[in-house]
Amino acid sequence: MSLSKDEVDRIARLARLAVRPEESAAVIERLNRVLGMIETMRAVDTRQVEPMAHALDVVQRLRADEVTEVDQHVLFQSIAPAVERDLYLVPKVIE
Amino acid sequence: MTWEIVVGIETHAQLRTRSKIFSGASTAFGADPNAQACAVDVALPGVLPVLNQAAVELAIRFGLAVGATINRRSVFARKNYFYPDLPKGYQISQYELPIVQGGTVPIALPEGEKRIALTRAHLEEDAGKSLHEDFHGMSGIDLNRAGTPLLEIVSEPDMRGAREAVAYARALHALVVWIGVCDGNMQEGSFRCDANVSVRRTGADAYGTRCEIKNLNSFRFMERAIEYEARRQIAILEDGGRIDQETRLYDPERDETRSMRSKEEAHDYRYFPDPDLLPLVVREENIERIRAAMPELPIQRLQRFTQTFALSPATAAIVTSSRATADYFEQATAGASAEAAQQTANWIAVNTNAKLNERGIGIEECPVGPRQLRELIARLIDGTLSAKLAKEVDDAMWAGEGSADEIIERRGLKQISDVGALEKVVDEVLAANARQVEDYRAGKQKAFNSLVGQVMKATRGKANPAQVNEILRRRLG
Amino acid sequence: MLNATVAELSSALAARQVSSVELAQLFLERIDRLNGSLNAFITVDAERALEQARRADAQRAGNAVVGPLTGVPIAHKDIYCTKGMRTTCGSRMLENFVSPYDAHVIERLESAGTVTLGKTNMDEFAMGSSNETSYYGPVRNCWNRGCVPGGSSGGSAVAVAARMAPAATGTDTGGSIRQPAALTGTCGLKPTYGLVSRYGMIAFASSLDQGGPMARSAQDLALLLNAMAGFDRRDSTSVERAPEDYARMLDLSLDGLRIGVPEQFFGEGLDADVRARVEEALHWFLAQGARRVPLRLPNAELALPVYYVLAPAEASSNLSRYDGVRYGHRATEYEDLLDMYVRSRTEGFGEEVKRRILVGTYVLSHGYYDAYYLQAQKLRRLIAQDFVQAYRDCDVILGPTTPTTAFALGSKVDDPLQMYLNDIYTIPAPLAGLPALSIPCGFDAQGLPVGLQLTGNYFAEARLLGIAQRYQLATDWHLRVPREAPL
Repeated sequence: MSLSKDEVDRIARLARLAVRPEESAAVIERLNRVLGMIETMRAVDTRQVEPMAHALDVVQRLRADEVTEVDQHVLFQSIAPAVERDLYLVPKVIE
Repeated sequence: MTWEIVVGIETHAQLRTRSKIFSGASTAFGADPNAQACAVDVALPGVLPVLNQAAVELAIRFGLAVGATINRRSVFARKNYFYPDLPKGYQISQYELPIVQGGTVPIALPEGEKRIALTRAHLEEDAGKSLHEDFHGMSGIDLNRAGTPLLEIVSEPDMRGAREAVAYARALHALVVWIGVCDGNMQEGSFRCDANVSVRRTGADAYGTRCEIKNLNSFRFMERAIEYEARRQIAILEDGGRIDQETRLYDPERDETRSMRSKEEAHDYRYFPDPDLLPLVVREENIERIRAAMPELPIQRLQRFTQTFALSPATAAIVTSSRATADYFEQATAGASAEAAQQTANWIAVNTNAKLNERGIGIEECPVGPRQLRELIARLIDGTLSAKLAKEVDDAMWAGEGSADEIIERRGLKQISDVGALEKVVDEVLAANARQVEDYRAGKQKAFNSLVGQVMKATRGKANPAQVNEILRRRLG
Repeated sequence: MLNATVAELSSALAARQVSSVELAQLFLERIDRLNGSLNAFITVDAERALEQARRADAQRAGNAVVGPLTGVPIAHKDIYCTKGMRTTCGSRMLENFVSPYDAHVIERLESAGTVTLGKTNMDEFAMGSSNETSYYGPVRNCWNRGCVPGGSSGGSAVAVAARMAPAATGTDTGGSIRQPAALTGTCGLKPTYGLVSRYGMIAFASSLDQGGPMARSAQDLALLLNAMAGFDRRDSTSVERAPEDYARMLDLSLDGLRIGVPEQFFGEGLDADVRARVEEALHWFLAQGARRVPLRLPNAELALPVYYVLAPAEASSNLSRYDGVRYGHRATEYEDLLDMYVRSRTEGFGEEVKRRILVGTYVLSHGYYDAYYLQAQKLRRLIAQDFVQAYRDCDVILGPTTPTTAFALGSKVDDPLQMYLNDIYTIPAPLAGLPALSIPCGFDAQGLPVGLQLTGNYFAEARLLGIAQRYQLATDWHLRVPREAPL
């Protein structure tokens, strides 16, 4: 299968990326080559196989409910693009 | 042609933990902006989540309380979407395998009890908060709430109309507070509901297209929002239109719902199991430990009160409306007779609740403790106080004047039940009211009541009314 | 001293033949001299290094109990967060990101007394096999500057190969430690998944990423792994195991060792010189009494497509946090929130990263999840089961690390598939979560190094290192000095 420009644009939108029109053809062509390679695995019959999500078969460890963190917002916000009154600033959020 | 309104509710209950679900930052409400957003909550590059044990145990406690299946193995997934209050660009939630599946919540309706089925309840993290006040055309992001543990409780579309929906929400709220998994504070956002509303012709099998209404932060708003939304949908359908499945926001100021188009754009959350978190496996002994520590549930307590004290279902429902009320009632009636318990329940239902509502406080803060009430009821039953006097004593107790006995003593409010003393007063009244005596003997019942009133007046209300009646009848023979 | 191994430097420091400050200065000068042409480092912090070196010297002078790594200089792949130091991950997105915290690996190595020389260049977000995707320019191979060093830990590999650092950290997702080690004539170990904490290691594909050491001998790898490995409760996938000494099997006997040789690792596409060198190494082992066990890993051929579903899927999600809100690149001009996101990300990420985000977004998107992601997870199990089956019959699996030696800069940048094929032998081990290492085993006709890959069973690092050590005691491939970085 092969992705059309519209499909690539839809995926790019989901991923919050833009594909510049002048690069679009090359991007789609390379993307489709990768997807073509991926396609080869689809033919294998895996109906009886359990999916493997983790490299090791272990279970989640739990953390005791304790407050271990201290206020570091000054340090964290020293690397932020825009901060005012201890808040991270972003272009207006419309709900 | 009539319509049936179908409602399902999704509730986000904030779990009562000290720290966040995947980090060691505090969950306390009201901190300065971003003071409780640690490296994990801010989603710095390279940080990883570790699951909070208490969040898991509270979810299990809820599951047991609603008779649900506790999945021995559940999985955390990532729900991917971009939003400035979602620092990782995904929310960690449970998708295919939630920790709690099924269960029911009983709700009391005038026509009887109804059990609302739950689909599931799953653990997830809360997002931060966007502050929309204007920062020169920008919004401010506070991530203190990001990572707060939530239990999302999803009901089946079992409710028919706004009234049932609210009854369910109230019952669920009472339950989660009762079992201590959530503080229930709706102003602080600890208990938030979204309603899925659809309508269909009465008798139809298939559900109509539903709309999800968000931002229902009070029971009153929930009721009004569902009513508005149902009216809106019915109007569209009766006009031959069709309902678009969408998310709508309730605006309490205009009392209407409106479409949230901005969030509609291409919903494709690309759920997949979070590779940073391993499967959550719950061991049998942990479930049993949590079960053993479970407080008696509202329904169990209601049944016990009904049986032990022969309370009416309505009264029993009132004294089990919250765990604090039930505890209060329990302490006020320890070892008491059924009669005393019934009087106590009625007293709480009528007098105590009215005063609490007036002051806007909970029963935990009631200035009249359960022992004080117990003493008051005892005086009512042993005839020391009439109902009227009991109210006066109660007022004084609320004003902090001491115990019932102290107030009775100090104010000389003791009911006069001494037969000799009462006979003396009755005789004086009869002597002074010859006309009423004649009227009564001529068959005028009203005259009798007037004579009782005169006796009560003469004793400043302290005469035992039953005895006064009896003596009068004897004298007037 | 520049040519000494970590073990040798450790002895020299202990014997007070050299001070840590002298060593730091020596390597800093070397970096100064070579980095302009090799571009192995993105950030060098001489002051910080010298400060750490002075502290190490003071510890030794104060007769404090010190470990073998106290005062040993080391370079870190720029994927590890280093507190107060720029951590770019090879990306424009993090060009100005000064990490507010240290990765677990950094904490462990610094508390072991190592001296951080700087942060090494890498493919952007570890996505690449040639180091050409770095925003900071490609690293050049010190055996031939016209060739790539491999990737993504290419900067660390060249830093070690060119003697700019005696050892370095790397990370491996589909071969990012072993492939550059092979292409630069150095040694690199990818441990069992979960052995080294991922906390503070910037995520590419979380279920595959694993940190590990890069050095010039198997013995050095063992010394470094001793410090790097260890349980960390901040990483849910970190395994809780009793600490072990990974150098304990360095005198392992090879007699009777069962070496699995999978036919799938010697198939089409394998360069003749690489095949010859690997077979020579195999024969050396057989001559020591090892036994050859022919193997089949029937699903190994699916490893490449499986990897290119799973890794991009996880990456697409892991890289969503780079949105220009809390740190990292934010576009200077934008119309609204959505535009800010799109521009910041489009400007901040390079082409390969964006390609993988798109692939990952696609395979996870509605309607494709079962066909791609779920299918890949199932095949991942089949691939892992092949190994479990194989280790019933053998102790270690031997093969080439890469199908070819280092290739020319720019020769594969326009063809992602050709580039991906470079990882065909390194991808199966991380899919299974198994440990694997690469050591030099000779040169091709152009004088470029060839890497030998040894893959072990779960938690068999000590044995793998022991086998490699035996080989290195008998050969000197790992001691050769690169032509274009003479001492």
